[in-house]
Amino acid sequence: MNTWTEKEPILSIKDVHKSFGELEVLKGVTLDVMKGEVICIIGPSGSGKSTLIRCVNALNDIQKGSIKVEGVEVNDPKLDKLSLRRKVGMVFQQYNLFPHKTAIENIMMAPIQVLKQDPKNVEDRAHTLIKKVRLQGKENSFPGELSGGQQQRIAIARSLAMEPNIMLFDEITAALDPETVKEVLVTIKDLAHDGMTCCLVTHEMGFAKEIADHIYFTDRGVIVEHGPPKTFFTEAKDPRTKEFLSQIL
Amino acid sequence: MKNKFSILHPYNNGLYHTADSIRFSYWLVNSGYKWCLAFLILAMLYPVNAMASNYTYTMAFQAFLKWVPLLVKSGFVLNIIISFLAMMIGTAMGVILGLAQVSQYKYVRIIAASITQLFRNIPWLVLLFIIMLTFPFEIETADKIYKIPDWTKAVFGFSLPVMANISEIVRGAIKSVPLGQWEAAESLAFSRQKTFWQIILPQCYKRMIPPWMNWYAILSMATPLVSLLGVEEIITLSRQAMEAENNNPELLIPFYSFALFIFFIYCYPIARFTIALEKRYAVKL
Repeated sequence: MNTWTEKEPILSIKDVHKSFGELEVLKGVTLDVMKGEVICIIGPSGSGKSTLIRCVNALNDIQKGSIKVEGVEVNDPKLDKLSLRRKVGMVFQQYNLFPHKTAIENIMMAPIQVLKQDPKNVEDRAHTLIKKVRLQGKENSFPGELSGGQQQRIAIARSLAMEPNIMLFDEITAALDPETVKEVLVTIKDLAHDGMTCCLVTHEMGFAKEIADHIYFTDRGVIVEHGPPKTFFTEAKDPRTKEFLSQIL
Repeated sequence: MKNKFSILHPYNNGLYHTADSIRFSYWLVNSGYKWCLAFLILAMLYPVNAMASNYTYTMAFQAFLKWVPLLVKSGFVLNIIISFLAMMIGTAMGVILGLAQVSQYKYVRIIAASITQLFRNIPWLVLLFIIMLTFPFEIETADKIYKIPDWTKAVFGFSLPVMANISEIVRGAIKSVPLGQWEAAESLAFSRQKTFWQIILPQCYKRMIPPWMNWYAILSMATPLVSLLGVEEIITLSRQAMEAENNNPELLIPFYSFALFIFFIYCYPIARFTIALEKRYAVKL
């Protein structure tokens, strides 16, 4: 029986190891996220940040350790992946919208097909979501007709339509130009204000500083340093963190 | 102003550019008519040298006209019927085989891939001979004997290589859908089956149609192969008609030119349409 309560971490990652063949990308990562918390994972390329959050919704499996979402173990061969993914939404760097469906169909598809919800209700909700990501009037556009920033916001709305409890963002602004990055970040800020639990992998330091409750710095498969943004950016202790921050800021 | 910096643009020689999957259509549209003309000229030269007789081209042409209705009605129509049925059966089997090629079960994949490669690479004529000669020409039941007409065996013979090529088209189209689509669907809690039928396959149809039509044009052009096996399609009938007209070499020109042109006229629009579709879809995707 699942005895998880909101006082425990909604996402609990313990000593996670992950290798792709010979290459070990995660070498014992541990972190906890409380409900409503926003965490940012930063670090150089290839440090395993993306892999880590892909493991959370079981897109990648792990070799050792434990990932618990609302107390349910993800690293379990008997895991009901579908029920996990209803709780965990994910947004990708390349948006990955379904090109043969309109914006609103993209949003409505999963609730109707997977959750078997009433199409009428789903449509109402989809309109609310489109308003939320500030894309009124684009309901019937195909992804190919939208800009990168717009596509990414539709992708966020698509994940939200499943009413997840945790949202994972995998470098969602990395493929966007600086102008449109802002509109996507505003959307995420709204989400955070609404109390959504968010895990972001990002290179937007300024944004991380502004929005995160906790920042984790990863390098070569381990978390080198972490802390609230106030202290993290000013009082970094580890030389690797210092070097990274000096290059970025 | 005309842009002189040609290096910035794909080189255009005025012909259509070739896309591998529909190369035959490009060939037909670009240079098919040249080959027709070349054949005509060569054919015209031949009887001149062969013999000096009183039989003229006018007479040959008149003789030929008598046969046209037969050539079209029971000849060319049979070619079309064979190509249609073979395409339908081949497509049905090919889609199943193509889906099996991307199955999640390893052995299903291996078997499907082997069948595909076997029938893609076996020469069509060899396959036709095998089917024609090994399959029974009649089936006996307790009270009746059913004759199996040759052309049905031809349909089956053609449908096998079509099946294999459609199988490759299906596999290629599925593989061409970016991995991100699978991942996005997975993260939205779609099951593998749902992902496949509702997200991946709908994106494949468009990519499959041009190469599929291309194969139809190839197939209909290949149907005269069965004249070697005695199926009474247009080429077989032409030969029989010429024999009936005393085999004058002048007859070759009207008869074979007619066969050539009727195939060309039938396939050319298909090829044009294929290319047009290919271009339209290429822009949209």
